Amino acid sequence: MGEVIVITSGKGGVGKTTTTANVGTGLAKLDKKVVLIDTDIGLRNLDVVMGLENRIVYNLVDVIEGTCKIKQALIKDKRYPNLYLLPAAQTRDKSAVRPEEMKQLCEQLKTEFDYIIIDCPAGIEQGFENAVAGADRALVVTTPEVSAVRDADRIIGLLEAHNMKKMDLIVNRLRIEMVRTGDMMSSDDVVEILAVNLIGIVPDDGSIIVATNNGEPLVGNESKAGQAYMNICRRITGEEVPFLDLNVKKGFFSRLFGRK
Amino acid sequence: MALRDGFFKKKSGSANKAVDRIKFVLQSDRSGLPPETLERIKNDIISVLSNYVEIDIEELDFNITKAPSEGGALTSALCANIPIKGLKRTTVDDKVHKE
Repeated sequence: MGEVIVITSGKGGVGKTTTTANVGTGLAKLDKKVVLIDTDIGLRNLDVVMGLENRIVYNLVDVIEGTCKIKQALIKDKRYPNLYLLPAAQTRDKSAVRPEEMKQLCEQLKTEFDYIIIDCPAGIEQGFENAVAGADRALVVTTPEVSAVRDADRIIGLLEAHNMKKMDLIVNRLRIEMVRTGDMMSSDDVVEILAVNLIGIVPDDGSIIVATNNGEPLVGNESKAGQAYMNICRRITGEEVPFLDLNVKKGFFSRLFGRK
Repeated sequence: MALRDGFFKKKSGSANKAVDRIKFVLQSDRSGLPPETLERIKNDIISVLSNYVEIDIEELDFNITKAPSEGGALTSALCANIPIKGLKRTTVDDKVHKE
């Protein structure tokens, strides 16, 4: 039986879709059978981030409405043998899907896949309700900014109200230099405020933008962000992986001698 | 440069301010109580305690936080850290005795 993981944040623009693309691709690289579902109906983007936008025939709403079979709507990512995408509809809105229908879809996909990764839309309305309905666990993405952390706290409260069994936090776009100079909250600060288990810290990294430009998730490559995402994937599978040395407020001597 | 910035600017940064501001705003977000109500609760607690002990109001810490309960689920909790400077000379007990 597979596991359904929803990637959510409350606030828009903190990196949910990028996280979904990289976590999904990373798990596929770890030989897991993975399907990504874009539930942002009307504002679909996971397809372009994945570089699969030219291959869409059917979408999530087609599956829900019975216009096609699930298998017909799944886009196989040719770069990885075990990775599939179920894109959102672009010309409909969130009311085209109901939470109960998402739950059923997730149950069906669980028999076929190891991981079902759901990209949740921003906000706390119906799109959120749809995205979390069938999920077994949640990854909450935030950035070290007051607005994103506040919204993450709200989302965590709502996930608790939904009896979400497991919640983990990803602190995205951390700028190590700014943390060192005291002008950005550290991941420790964010974890202390939100009181949720930390599963990953992703540094702010220009190579993410390049990867998105190319439609090729960078998980697993040599960049800091690529390594961070792969570590998150390993932790999702239950492996214990030490955190990258990004966030440490270094002492004087290690700052003198430890830097390249 | 980075070394020097890190060395001198550490304490003047805005991150601490961000942490304080979020903690404050989350108090009313989490409890569903408006900030004024929280302020009144705080003042009431202070006034009750002040009947018995002398409180260091400068160092007082009053927060709504989230902590795992016995079952493991997160619940909101009011956490107050109230430093006591000393006992009051005239406690309520004394008053009762005198009366």
